[in-house]
Amino acid sequence: MSKDIRIRKGFNLNLEGEADKILVDINPSKTFALKPDDFFATTPKLLVKEGAKVEKGTPLFFAKENPRIHFVSPVSGEVTAVVRGAKRKILEVVITDDGANQSVKHDIPALNDLDAEQTKEVLLKAGAWPFITQRPYGTIARPEDTPKAIFVSTYTTAPLDVDYDFLLKNNKAEFQKGIDVLAKLSENVTVTADASFKGFFDKVTNADVVGVSGMHPAGNVGVQIHHLNPINAGERVWVVNPEDVVNIGALFATGEFSAQRTVAVVGSSVKNPQYYKATIGASIPALMETVKVEDAGQKRYINGDVLSGTATSPEGYLSYYNNVFSIIPEGNEYRMFGWLPFVDNNIPSMSKTSLSWLFGKRKAKVNTNLNGEERALVVTGEMEQVLPMDIYPMQLIKACMIEDVERMEALGIYEVVPQDFALVDYSSTSKLEAQEIIQQGIELMIKEEG
Amino acid sequence: MNFLRKTLDNIKKPFAKGEKYERFAPAINAFDTFLFVPNHTTQKGAHIRDAVDLKRTMVTVIIALLPALVYGIYNTGYQYFIQTGESFTFMDAFIHGAWKIVPMIAVSYIVGLTIEFIFAIYRGHEVNEGYLVTGLLIPMIMPVDIPLWMVAISVAFAVLIAKEAFGGTGMNILNPALTARAFAFFAYPTYMSGNKVWVSEASNVDAISGETILGSLAAGNSVEYTFFEMFQGAIPGSIAETSTLWVAVGALILIATGVGSWRIIFGGIGGAALMGFLFNLWGANALMSFDWMNHLVVGGFAFGIVFMATDPVSAAQTNQGKWIYGILVGIFCILIRVFNPAYPEGVMLAILLMNVFAPTIDHYVVEANINRRKKRWAAAQLKTA
Repeated sequence: MSKDIRIRKGFNLNLEGEADKILVDINPSKTFALKPDDFFATTPKLLVKEGAKVEKGTPLFFAKENPRIHFVSPVSGEVTAVVRGAKRKILEVVITDDGANQSVKHDIPALNDLDAEQTKEVLLKAGAWPFITQRPYGTIARPEDTPKAIFVSTYTTAPLDVDYDFLLKNNKAEFQKGIDVLAKLSENVTVTADASFKGFFDKVTNADVVGVSGMHPAGNVGVQIHHLNPINAGERVWVVNPEDVVNIGALFATGEFSAQRTVAVVGSSVKNPQYYKATIGASIPALMETVKVEDAGQKRYINGDVLSGTATSPEGYLSYYNNVFSIIPEGNEYRMFGWLPFVDNNIPSMSKTSLSWLFGKRKAKVNTNLNGEERALVVTGEMEQVLPMDIYPMQLIKACMIEDVERMEALGIYEVVPQDFALVDYSSTSKLEAQEIIQQGIELMIKEEG
Repeated sequence: MNFLRKTLDNIKKPFAKGEKYERFAPAINAFDTFLFVPNHTTQKGAHIRDAVDLKRTMVTVIIALLPALVYGIYNTGYQYFIQTGESFTFMDAFIHGAWKIVPMIAVSYIVGLTIEFIFAIYRGHEVNEGYLVTGLLIPMIMPVDIPLWMVAISVAFAVLIAKEAFGGTGMNILNPALTARAFAFFAYPTYMSGNKVWVSEASNVDAISGETILGSLAAGNSVEYTFFEMFQGAIPGSIAETSTLWVAVGALILIATGVGSWRIIFGGIGGAALMGFLFNLWGANALMSFDWMNHLVVGGFAFGIVFMATDPVSAAQTNQGKWIYGILVGIFCILIRVFNPAYPEGVMLAILLMNVFAPTIDHYVVEANINRRKKRWAAAQLKTA
């Protein structure tokens, strides 16, 4: 039993539109899609053509970087479209559900009889490998590696993020099973949970359960790794989302690929924010049949939370990993004299040039306005307040901007992913795009290391 | 508001992308964005953003400067009338001061902003708000009788050489406002030092000495003001730096809003107090035995440490570095005052000197972080080996 950790820096955005603890099924989605862009730094190589019949668990494409990693269909049906973008880049592989509900069956030996390599083989063959990502870089883990630890973070701090104790309330057995599988891959499995209320995670065995407290980004698994078991050059730590632990557990329990994806539909534009039981890649129109959205004004639909999610069209599909789907108003309006100090205090601000800190308990309604214009970097010290790691964020960002790989490495690029800089984006006086810069830096690192 | 917005949108039409005056868009945008926060939405990264922006930050600094400026305007008139011996009211003093100082501010803004606008259009970026503060600071730290054309040349020198030559806002090594003052100080010494420049019209009025306290100390004379008089600021000096009281009000605003670094401010005060105290113990001459508490309230020290040393671009940028930088500014300020009677006002040179060394301080702070990480890596390798 490890000691709980407390993260002292950060900022909680208290927003309107938190999901009520109600779990309902979404209306059946007719089409599903896998989007290769959900898998960072992965180039897809198609295994099926348009018109092919697939079952749930049939591989659709594999990763060019590592052909052992397969991406499988979440439902049975027919591949009806391969949507391509510029330079014929694959954007979506669309499957139309045939309702037959057929799955690829895997004959999986009892867990006790498997060693690490055999366990990896099962996960790779069944298409469950993409559930495992790695640090550094936040890419899909390499099956050839042996991680020094596997982390599962059930503590969430991002704006309007889910409560995993509620979200997984019907999957406790599968969760434990999934942890048992992960324990085959590494002796050191850590599950982090809210230090004040660990819920059913407190009873999880075969893993080290650690309580975490603190403001955002304390829930980011990278921040927790930094404080519990920091990554050194050459080391790998694997990361699995809590619901994907359940999917892995279900695979080993049933022998079928599990594509469960529960999403909390949140945000101030949603009239009935709640949890929906869905499937990976389900269509957003199917989801929206039961979600009530405010009528007035343009909206932004975001796969993920409002800080690090990806904007999507309302005709799009749910993404592979996210448990949050946010809908907030667009902010394409002018605000007269909005730059004066101490006006527009309804916008949550980390700066004391606003009085919003007086209303900390009030839930804020935010929109997508940039609230200013991009400027040269002038103010110093604000990034350090929202990056609770022993890393100099501004120096790291500048190293990424000048593409100095050695300096990026020395300053700690191995320990961060773009999401850790989400609050830097948010709080920046100069409206710096820190997440984008870090992402480009990581892409460069991957390219340089080959 | 809608009518105003529509009018503005109409005016802006020829400046839009692909239109005739597209190149001049930064100029018109600079005015527009002072009326309205633009309707730009987030295109990448975080979908929502803080209300803070550079305009808000800079305007906060200007608010913090206002108490010292208003007192400086009054003190200019006050010093003028007590040297002539006329009777006067508060308003008389204020009007005399404003008559002198408002034109200086106007010249500073017109010259500085013209250069900023030209560079913004030439480089194709928006006009940065930094000059709003610099442009107000420059007249506030000049002697009141300096001719306006000297203000104009100092401003041009500061903006062109100290700022734009390095790449513009955020890239400069030296604080532009202090560079303007240093330029004037070395280019026009007769207007920037001596005993005839600190009180309005002193050279025309054949009157008592209008020397600054540090000046008279350097000349070996004693001080006739009490600590409280010096703290309150009814003493000769550059326009707005004399009142430590009103500078302290500005410091409170900067620290409360988080715009100014409390680390630099308190580090500087600590460094100067320590150095002053050590010299008190030594006590070899009038400047050395000048009480350390008095050192903190005379001359430009308070103004410099609160408004100039805290300029985030030219100061150290790491939190540890800010402490070191602040303490060294304080130490060097008193050192220069005591050891170099030709430059009794040490704070200007101390800050400029530390501006140059700020990147070095940061370098060592960041290197320590890098070494810590490399040690951890080495330890991990030992463990696995």
